[in-house]
Amino acid sequence: MPAEAPLANAAVAALAELTPEPGVAKPDPILRVDSVVRQFGGLRAVDVSHLEVQRGAITALIGPNGAGKSTFFNVISGFDTSDDGSWTYNDEAITNRAPNKLARQGLVRTFQLTKSLSRLSVLDNMLLGAGGQTGESIFPSIFKFTWAKQESQNTKRAMELLGRFNLAQKSADFAGSLSGGQRKLLEMARALMLNPQLVMLDEPMAGVNPALKQSLLDHIRDIREEGTTVMFVEHDMDMVRDVSDWVVVMAQGAIISEGTPGSVMQDQRVIDAYLGAHHDSALTESGQGLTTEEDPA
Amino acid sequence: MDFGFILSQSLTQAIGVTAIIYCIAAIGLNIQFGYGGLLNFGQVAFVAVGAYAVGVTVVEVGSSLWLGVAFAVIIAIGLALLLGIPTLRLRADYLAIVTIAASEILRFLAKSADFLGGSQGVTGSIGTEFYDLNPLPEWDRFELGPLSFSRVDMWLVMTGWTFIAIMTLLTWLLMRSPWGRMVKGIREDEDAVRSLGKNTYLRKLQVLMLGGVFAAFAGVFSAVSKGSVQPDGFVPDFTFFLYVMLILGGTARVAGPLLGAAIFWFLLVFVEQVLKEGVANDVITFISVTQIGPIRFILVGIGLMLLMIFRPQGILGDRKELMLDAR
Amino acid sequence: MHQRSRRPTRWLGSGFLALLFALIPVMGFASPAQADELELTVAVIDGERAGIPDAAINITGPDGFTADIVTDGEGLAVIAVPTESTFTLTLDEGTITEGVQGDNPREVSVLTRDKRVIFTIGGDGGGGGGGGITFDRVAQLLVGGIVLSIIIALSALGLSLIFGTTGLTNFAHGELLTLGAFTALVLNTTFGINIIIAGPLAIVLSAALWGWGQNQFLWKPLRRRGTGLIAAMIVSIGLAITIRYLIVFFFGGAPQSFEQFAGQTPIDLGIVFVTPKELIMSVIAIIVLTISVLWLKNSRLGKATRAVSDNPALASASGVNVERVISVVWVLGASLAALSGVFLGLTQNVVWTMGQFLLLTFFAAVVLGGLGTIGGAIVGSFVVGITVQLSTLIVPTELKTAAALFLMIILLLVRPQGLLGRRERVG
Repeated sequence: MPAEAPLANAAVAALAELTPEPGVAKPDPILRVDSVVRQFGGLRAVDVSHLEVQRGAITALIGPNGAGKSTFFNVISGFDTSDDGSWTYNDEAITNRAPNKLARQGLVRTFQLTKSLSRLSVLDNMLLGAGGQTGESIFPSIFKFTWAKQESQNTKRAMELLGRFNLAQKSADFAGSLSGGQRKLLEMARALMLNPQLVMLDEPMAGVNPALKQSLLDHIRDIREEGTTVMFVEHDMDMVRDVSDWVVVMAQGAIISEGTPGSVMQDQRVIDAYLGAHHDSALTESGQGLTTEEDPA
Repeated sequence: MDFGFILSQSLTQAIGVTAIIYCIAAIGLNIQFGYGGLLNFGQVAFVAVGAYAVGVTVVEVGSSLWLGVAFAVIIAIGLALLLGIPTLRLRADYLAIVTIAASEILRFLAKSADFLGGSQGVTGSIGTEFYDLNPLPEWDRFELGPLSFSRVDMWLVMTGWTFIAIMTLLTWLLMRSPWGRMVKGIREDEDAVRSLGKNTYLRKLQVLMLGGVFAAFAGVFSAVSKGSVQPDGFVPDFTFFLYVMLILGGTARVAGPLLGAAIFWFLLVFVEQVLKEGVANDVITFISVTQIGPIRFILVGIGLMLLMIFRPQGILGDRKELMLDAR
Repeated sequence: MHQRSRRPTRWLGSGFLALLFALIPVMGFASPAQADELELTVAVIDGERAGIPDAAINITGPDGFTADIVTDGEGLAVIAVPTESTFTLTLDEGTITEGVQGDNPREVSVLTRDKRVIFTIGGDGGGGGGGGITFDRVAQLLVGGIVLSIIIALSALGLSLIFGTTGLTNFAHGELLTLGAFTALVLNTTFGINIIIAGPLAIVLSAALWGWGQNQFLWKPLRRRGTGLIAAMIVSIGLAITIRYLIVFFFGGAPQSFEQFAGQTPIDLGIVFVTPKELIMSVIAIIVLTISVLWLKNSRLGKATRAVSDNPALASASGVNVERVISVVWVLGASLAALSGVFLGLTQNVVWTMGQFLLLTFFAAVVLGGLGTIGGAIVGSFVVGITVQLSTLIVPTELKTAAALFLMIILLLVRPQGLLGRRERVG
């Protein structure tokens, strides 16, 4: 882990200077989204007019249930198609590009409901993340000598990452035998096998026991320290406050507020949006009222 | 009752020509369903394609069997593309419905197409070139312990099982590789594999093609061994029996289809022979000879249900592994 | 994770099969002499539907079967054929005055006891591809299509509801139809109950035994065990095979008919011919379908059914008894399928493959209309039923089912959610 993280530090400093308003321009955006709309029948699940995500920072995406956060994630990462709009990644237009292509370009995501591959070993899960494998083509795969060397290099790297995420001793187990929290860790470690530039984490804390939460937070910070941009959807307000450099708030498909964690939590529009959705909970309460499972919107 | 005879009959069928045909098609299905999780309910269509390709090439066109085999492979790949390109993007159960529908469409088409012999199918000496290669001495019978084969059957059984051995080895090689890892990953969760930058669609197509080509070989073997191709041999039940064998042996196990096909045919013939002997010797009096056929299939159906419920991992599978399966 | 469920599964082996076998004594007696021969009726008519006498027809079939027949004064000739198979009919054009419409020689699959083949001569040119598209012919096919649609719709609605509430792709749904028809057959032929009473009685019995019973002793324990959807689908294939061959075991493979209304002379409605039984059954079926749909739309239980289809977890959380809803759906599905079985038995025959033959058209209807939607299943059924019949204008009769399946595949590619389905959400 590098002691100094110039990109991350610069990003955090730059963000502190910005006006906290929806759609504000960032000094060095990795992701830029314009007028993205996703409709289900008459329901506008996502209607984002403009959003920029700062490179090197940790951006949190929050909002009440049904605000369209997960759908927004799905659209950007290519798992759902938008009805309108465009978005760029590293200034390259990637509108409605297939998720596997995006992943190869360094835009990698995880899922709200972990998608660990149950009947594959933990190590195989990791190895699947490695890119450019000769042995993944059907004809060379028959001849082991064509891919044996690459495989051992990938294995070495996978074991290093597993060690970092405290999963090394589980490497031979089926991923399906891991606990929920361990699966979240595995999914994050697996995403790092791709050397991503932008990691999109969909509710990384959902279903994780409190003992593991701190270690997950540390890992997310580590990812940023290494120069990777992180964007995540989360309901756990403690986590949002602890780890994020910038917070984007969605309600009814649109972005209603943006800013540093401190400024956003005092924004009247945000408080109204949450109160509208949860009559019994205030945003400032330690997130208890906001940690309910979101329906798959 | 002559149990010696019943046993030798059953064993003969367990490694006989029919078992070989089903086994080869089941190896293909194992790649598709067992490893890749593709719900191909139209495997019989690929078998039919293989059988018709050689049947028509040899009998109707009068050309070489080997050219027919080449056509079988090409058409099977074509069919896999035709079915796969549009449907592999759809939900898993849609693939099941589309493939079973496609297999029935093909059967109806075959029955109504004159150049495919209509509902009579194609009959002729399809396998002459293959039988000419038979190096075995000109004996009447070949005795292998309790088993006994004619010269032709012996040749078919030898080549059949050699072919199965090669296919099984190929499956093993593929499945230990990163390609196999990705295919198994797709079975577990396609979106996860896509999120890791893999082109899952291409692999699913490859899986469908590979399994389809194997099934076409089964069709070739069927046409060659029987000397005829009958459209009504290619009903959906053929595919369902493949599933029974595959699940019996163990899905996603290289040896699953071998064991499954052998045991399936052993049991089927064993039950039939015991009942026949029993009825003939007045040991079993409550059923008639014509009811023996249905009993076999009743047992197949009940067997499939019980297997799927109580031992879905089959003979070779690992129960713990299967319990992880979220499907 | 499925530990606690050992007890219910024990029911499975004993319970459901016991139910099935409970009927064995009854079925044993029911098995009538299977000497009923398959009869093939050939009609030779002209463009105005008048019978042509003295037309000679040669019939050949498997195992060297061959026969010659000559039509009577009404243009009809009847022949008994030995086996269910495909026969080739050749109308001797020397014995008729004008050319034949459609294929001659013609291949005919005889699978039901009273198969009818019509040779139409003269008319517009004759000998043309599919027999020429005339208004009369379209109208007659449309009527056949509607009758078929109704049969499909009755079963497809149940299939769709079961899929919607439980996620089960039920490959044994065709057998619900078959079982319904055979239950009626036992009541009708063994107990001598007139089909007018035996039919409704069979529907009630089917609802209880094959619907409620099947769910209670097979699917409910499986759901408790946490059996996956694909595993359940394969179990349903096993069940379908089991039921089919149990029926062959007890009743034999030959087609049978109910004792009443077996042969009815069609009445001439001007443009089309319809048998009175087809008319009455269609009216009954349409009333039943309407009531079912209205009930699903408006009643409390119907609304609960739709809530479960939408989101079982949410429905359960809002106080809907999901298992009860599923039970009701099975009862409804089995009764509707039984009704379509009785209907099919009356218009054609009662045979062990009757449900199996139609299963793919049910799937086609449900998929066409949109999986799990009520209106979709019915709309889909009419699209499929009418396509099957009208397609014979263009393609050979053997391909009529293929036409509907082909239509389904094409629609799936263009509009995967079906005609009335909604686009799905991801994630």
